Amino acid sequence: MAAADKQPVTVTWAGPLNGAVGCFITWVDQRFPLMSLWRDHLAEYYAPKNFNFWYYFGSLAMLVLVMQIVTGIFLTMHYKPDAGEAFASVEYIMRDVPGGWLIRYLHSTGASFFFIVVYLHMFRGLLYGSYRKPRELVWIFGMLIYLCLMAEAFFGYLLPWGQMSYWGAQVIVNLFDAIPWVGPTLAIWIRGDYVVADATLNRFFAFHVIAIPLLLLGLVAAHIMALHEVGSNNPDGVEIKKVKDPKTGHPADGIPFHPYYTVKDTLGVVAFLIAFCVIMFFMPEFGGYFLEYNNFIPADPLKTPPHIAPVWYFTPYYSILRAVTEDFMIFLAAGVALYVLLICFTVKDIRVRIAAVGAGLIAIVLMIAPTVNDVTIALDPKVWGVALMGIGTLIYFLLPWLDQSPVKSIRYKGPIAKVALTLFVVSFFVLGYLGTLSVTEGRTLLAQVFTLAYFAFFLLMPWYTRMDRTRPEPERVTG
Amino acid sequence: MLARMLAGALLCVPLAAAAAEGVKLDRLPADIGANDPVSLQRGAQVFVNYCMGCHGAAYMRYNRLQDLGLTEQQIKDNLIFNGAKTGELMKIAMDPNQSREWLGAAPPDLSVIARSRSSSAGSGADWLYSYLRGFYRDASRPSGWNNTVYPNVGMPHVLWQLQGEQVLRTETQSIPRGSKGEVEKREVQKLVLENPGAMSPADYDRMVGDLVNFLAYVAEPSRQARIDLGIYVLLFLGVLFVLAYLLKKEYWKDVH
Repeated sequence: MAAADKQPVTVTWAGPLNGAVGCFITWVDQRFPLMSLWRDHLAEYYAPKNFNFWYYFGSLAMLVLVMQIVTGIFLTMHYKPDAGEAFASVEYIMRDVPGGWLIRYLHSTGASFFFIVVYLHMFRGLLYGSYRKPRELVWIFGMLIYLCLMAEAFFGYLLPWGQMSYWGAQVIVNLFDAIPWVGPTLAIWIRGDYVVADATLNRFFAFHVIAIPLLLLGLVAAHIMALHEVGSNNPDGVEIKKVKDPKTGHPADGIPFHPYYTVKDTLGVVAFLIAFCVIMFFMPEFGGYFLEYNNFIPADPLKTPPHIAPVWYFTPYYSILRAVTEDFMIFLAAGVALYVLLICFTVKDIRVRIAAVGAGLIAIVLMIAPTVNDVTIALDPKVWGVALMGIGTLIYFLLPWLDQSPVKSIRYKGPIAKVALTLFVVSFFVLGYLGTLSVTEGRTLLAQVFTLAYFAFFLLMPWYTRMDRTRPEPERVTG
Repeated sequence: MLARMLAGALLCVPLAAAAAEGVKLDRLPADIGANDPVSLQRGAQVFVNYCMGCHGAAYMRYNRLQDLGLTEQQIKDNLIFNGAKTGELMKIAMDPNQSREWLGAAPPDLSVIARSRSSSAGSGADWLYSYLRGFYRDASRPSGWNNTVYPNVGMPHVLWQLQGEQVLRTETQSIPRGSKGEVEKREVQKLVLENPGAMSPADYDRMVGDLVNFLAYVAEPSRQARIDLGIYVLLFLGVLFVLAYLLKKEYWKDVH
């Protein structure tokens, strides 16, 4: 339809101003797809009527994103990205900038809450199979958002220039050092110096305030566009588009997002803000988890803290990194061997078998090949630690294809899937907790056991979801 | 059912802080109110008299001390000795490079020391309270002093004339174990006041408490504003929650 042919918009909500408001909206709509955007994404976007508690966290993530951007803009007005001034400028914001303490606490508490909300949002996907066909791209965009968020948090954490900022960045950038051949050069290139220094702070500032946020916003738009293309999943994991009301043509179990979910999400927002404000106003450090105590000591390149712990949202992966020790390599290699055997015994396709054996052998050699005549082929355990940590964060991307269950939702999955998901959640928490502690022999052993459990959840999924005893999905949502 | 179980598991975040400290800390006495102006003013006085020779509070401005119920004139007359203007930062003149030579380490700025010393063993205030009462004579140290909370610290006991001289004694304690009157012997190290100072131990503890109270205030001067505002915000959100709940119920009554 040619834009100018669009029908005039009638408004009913503007009272005596109906005529004027209607004229204005019509004028805009004939030049911009205002009403169609409104209809496609809110007023006539049909969402399943049976969303439960777990479905609040998408809109809450959006709320926190906006809050972080707005508070971030105000923080940049006073913050100085300079190794000599950064720490003092944060304290200046906390003391001398009117309302500065509030903006800063909103931002620091918001960072942790962003991860709380996003982890719960991702867990919802695991519970109800929201990553399954046709929502693979929704999931992939979501995972890219998660990676961006981790980068954003990592870059941002250097900015207060406290001891944990400094040494946390030092430890993480040094991980790149472990990459064979190019590592050391790469690490220097990333830092812009031989140690974390002013150059590092400046570039991290640039990444934190503009590069990553731009990416993040684009990905959020793509995430929502992909979602609205295929429609939302729901706790029953059935497609509401299959059964349509014969009169209206809309999904029989769907309700318009606006006003139903806008008012419901408003309730969620207020409940969230209550929890958020209790922590922000009364315990902004949250026992050292949200603001680490050591970070109130200015960065000192000459004084390594005895115990370097990343902020809580990175600790599960940090635990995986630390779990990979020299002694652990033999168990990793055994795990790979068993996995290859599993593939060979259960997959008929000979090409898959050959590929699995080949990849498995290479991995095992790089893990445990003994040094002969001073020639070392096996990679340093540190390299494998970094690799496993990377795989641990990236493996979520494969979920749409790892899950082979005939049903989507945990409600209809069998006991094995339920136990597996529970074990995964336990592993994630145990690894996360261990990551905040210093290393002891017992803790390392525990981290190793749960690292294996963490990966088993994903890697064995194609098998256990197939053999599980599922229940039939209902035709319609059950509320 | 499972979903509910997992929700429960996810919501109770394990609450143990990082690396426990080895030393058991004394608690800052609860009767020293965080907002007690008398305690805070006395703490400020002790701070400028005894600490500011070596330690600054360089993120804090003198005139912010009006929070403690002082006028700008009182601050100028009683708390500023270096001719600084009241709007200036509480900096010191000592050159950190020189002090590093004299003491082994430059005395840290104390603006946020109370926040940085928090740990699972206790608040930063508890740490400071224990630290400032934990000095003892140790001839093996260059300054002649050592500390139970911060072993081999470079700082000498600046307040020794007030507290007196403590020594560290090792005592054997008998701890009853089991039901048959068995006794476990354990060696315990104990601080003993050998030469009393100008103050009685109770007075000294009180003065240190006031100083620590002041340092806790300096670490976060907006603390009280934060708590005051938080109460109003939560009251507002409570009302908003009821309204949002009623609105949701009204809209959703026709969804079945």
